[in-house]
Amino acid sequence: MYLNIVFLPLLGSIIAGFFGRFVGVYGSCFITVFCVGLTFCLSCLSFYEVGLAGSGTYLSLMTWLESDSFYVEWAFCFDSLTVVMLIVVTFISTLVHIYSTEYMGGDPHLPRFVSYLSLFTFFMLILVTADNFVQMFVGWEGVGLCSYLLINFWFTRIQANKAAIKAMIVNRIGDFGLALGIFAIFICFGALDYATVFAFSPQLTSCTLSFLNIKFKALDLIGVLLFIGAVGKSAQLGLHTWLPDAMEGPTPVSALIHAATMVTAGVFLLARCSPLLEYCSGALLLISVVGGMTAFFAATTALVQNDLKRVIAYSTCSQLGYMVFACGLSNYSVAVFHLANHAFFKALLFLSAGSVIHAVGDEQDMRKMGGLRRLLPFTYAMMVIGSLALMGMPFLTGFYSKDVILEIAYATYSIPAHFSYWLGSLAAFCTAFYSIRLIALCFLVEPNGSRKLLLSASEGGKAIGFVLGLLAIPSIFVGYFSRDLFIGLGTHFWGSSLFCLPSNLSLIDAEFMSTFSKMLPLCLSIVGGALSFTLYRYYNYNMYFWKTSLVGRKFYTFLSRKWFFDKIYNGFISQNILDFGYHFTYKSIDRGLIESLGPFGLSNVLTSQVQQARVWHSGYLYHYLVIFVWGNLLFGLWFLFGFPSLRIGVLLLFSILWLTL
Amino acid sequence: MDFIHFFFLSALLFVIGVGGVVLNRTNIVVVLMSLELSLLAVSLNFIIFSVCLSDLIGQIFAIFILIVAACESSIGLAIILVYFRVRGSIRIDQASLLKS
Repeated sequence: MYLNIVFLPLLGSIIAGFFGRFVGVYGSCFITVFCVGLTFCLSCLSFYEVGLAGSGTYLSLMTWLESDSFYVEWAFCFDSLTVVMLIVVTFISTLVHIYSTEYMGGDPHLPRFVSYLSLFTFFMLILVTADNFVQMFVGWEGVGLCSYLLINFWFTRIQANKAAIKAMIVNRIGDFGLALGIFAIFICFGALDYATVFAFSPQLTSCTLSFLNIKFKALDLIGVLLFIGAVGKSAQLGLHTWLPDAMEGPTPVSALIHAATMVTAGVFLLARCSPLLEYCSGALLLISVVGGMTAFFAATTALVQNDLKRVIAYSTCSQLGYMVFACGLSNYSVAVFHLANHAFFKALLFLSAGSVIHAVGDEQDMRKMGGLRRLLPFTYAMMVIGSLALMGMPFLTGFYSKDVILEIAYATYSIPAHFSYWLGSLAAFCTAFYSIRLIALCFLVEPNGSRKLLLSASEGGKAIGFVLGLLAIPSIFVGYFSRDLFIGLGTHFWGSSLFCLPSNLSLIDAEFMSTFSKMLPLCLSIVGGALSFTLYRYYNYNMYFWKTSLVGRKFYTFLSRKWFFDKIYNGFISQNILDFGYHFTYKSIDRGLIESLGPFGLSNVLTSQVQQARVWHSGYLYHYLVIFVWGNLLFGLWFLFGFPSLRIGVLLLFSILWLTL
Repeated sequence: MDFIHFFFLSALLFVIGVGGVVLNRTNIVVVLMSLELSLLAVSLNFIIFSVCLSDLIGQIFAIFILIVAACESSIGLAIILVYFRVRGSIRIDQASLLKS
C-alpha cells in the first residue's frame, strides 16, 4: 500500500505519456485520475495508520549508492509529517486532475498534460516520503523539472518559454544551495539519512566548517544552505521572481504549483529538518526575518497587480512567507498546519480563477472583467469562500493557522520575531485588501469587459463545479477540525517527526498574550477588507485621481513594478552575467583564447609556415644541391662537435638554411 | 712521409668537384664532370689511406669506385642524351619543371 502511494502516479504518468496515443484522451484522463485518486484513498488510509494510530512505517527497497562511508538507499519513511503532506498533495492533485479534464478539454495534448501532472505528483511524493537527503533531492529536482514542463506546456508561446526557463534557473540557484547543504551535512555527519543526521545534530553544536575560507559554525552553515534551497523552491524574498512569471502555464498547473506541490516543498524541507534546524540559532534568525519580509513584500505587491492570477500568485508568496517565519520561530507544526490549510483555499482560489478566465474568454486582466456576480454565481461564491479563508476571517480555515502564526510571533520575545509579527500584521491588512479588491474588480463593479464576451460567459461544466464544491468544504472546515490535532497543546500527533527545543517553545506563551495583540491582526484584516470594499465599490472613480497624483503615482509605480526587484535583477545581475558570458567566456576565452591558440591558430601558423617552406622547392637543381651540401656540412659539424641539445641543433639548421635562401 | 699534404690535395679536389656541381648553372655535362672529379678525389683519398695504413682494402675500394664511376657516367650521359632529345637543350636552369 505504501509503495503504491508513491508509484501509482508514476504508472499513470507513464501510461498517459507513452501510450496516450493508443489509449486516447478519455483513456489517459481516466487512467491518471484513477491512479491519483487511488493514491489519495491510500493516503487517507496511511494517514489513519501513521498519523492517527501512530504506527510510523519505514520501507527500505534497495541500496542505491555505496562507496566507503557514503551509503544511500532507496527507502521510504512515512511519519506524521509525511502523511499530512501526502493527504494534501494527493487530494489537491486528484482534484486538479479532474479539473484539467474539463478545463483543458479542447487541448490536443491533453494526454501529455495529465502525464506531466501525474509525474509532478509522483516527484512530490518521492520528495515527501524520502528517507534521506539524496532521495529527497531526486524529488526536489524532479518537481522543478515537471514545473518547467508544465509552465512550458503551451510551448509555442514565447512568454511561456521564458517563464519556464526562468522558473527552472531561479530554482536551480536554490538547488545549488541545497546541494551544498547536503554536501556540508555529509562532511559533518558522514551520513545522509535523516535518522542519523537528526540523531547526531545536538552533538555538533560546537563543530566548525570552513566555507570559502571562512570558518562558520557547521550547523548554522548547513541551516543557511538548506534555507537557500527552500528560498528558491518556496519563492522567498530574493528568489521569488520566478513565481509570478510561472503564471504563464495553464491555470490548473498554477493551482498545483502554488497550492499543494512545488512551493510547499521548501516549507516541508524546513519542517523535515526541524531536529537539525533547532540547533542552528543563527540560521533560524535569518529564516524568520526573510519569511517576515517575504510576507510583507508579496502582500504589498499584490495590492496593485491587475492580472487575476498574479494577485493570487503574490498571495501565495506572502502566505509562504508566513509559513517560513513560523518555521524560523521553531513552530514547525504551525507552519505545516498553515501549509495544509493554505493548500486547500489556494487551490480553490486558483481553480475559481481558472473558471472565471474560462468564462470570459481567457481574459486575465481584472480591469476588463467586472459584474460577473450575476453571470457566475457559483464561482463567485467559491471565490468569496477562498478569499475569506485567505484573509483569515474567523472560523474559516485560514483563521486558525494564520492567527496562530502571528500570535506565536508576538509571543516569542526576540527582535526578529517581533519584526516578523509587525510585518506579518501589515501583510494581513494587505491580504484582506487585495483579496477583496480581486473580488470587487472581478465580480462587483460595473461590467468592463466586451459585450460579446459577457454575453457568452457561463459557468464551467460538471467537473469544474464538482472540484470547486469539493474544495470549498475543506476551505471552510479543515482548520476548525484539525486545529487541535495539529497544533493543540500537547498533541501527540506529530510524534518524533517534528522537534522543537523546549527553550524555543512559544505556543504556551501565546496563550497569555493581551487581547489587544491577539485581536490586532484580525482587526487589521477586517479594516483592510472593508477599506478595499468601500474604495472599489463606491469610490472607484476617485481612485483614479489618487493613482495619478504625484505621490500616488510614485507609490503605485513602485508597487506595480514589484519593488523594482526584476529591474534590479535584470540591470545589475542578469545583464552583467549575460555580458560576462558573451564578452568574456564566449568571445575572449572560447572564440578568443582557445580557438586562436587551438584549431585555428595552429592551422594558420602551420599553413603560413608551410607556404614559406614551399619556396625551397624551386625546381632548380643547384638550389637543391646547396641545401644538400649545407645539410651535409651541418651534419658533419654536429658529429664533430655535437650540440648542447638536439633541439638547438635543429633550430640552428633551420635558421642557417633560412639565411642561405 | 708527410701524408697530410696528399690529404689536403684530395680534399681540395673534392671541394672543387662539389663546387663545380653546386655553382654550375648552365651546362649539365660540366656537372657530370665535376661529379667525376669528386669521385676521383675520393678514390685518391682511399689509395692514400691504404698506403698510409698499409692496408689493401683501400685500393680494392678505389677499383670499385672506378667501376661505379664509369657505370654512373655512362648512365648519366645516356640520361642526358635522352633529355636532349626531348628538350633540345641541356641547360640546368631550364630544367625546373617540378616546382612546388
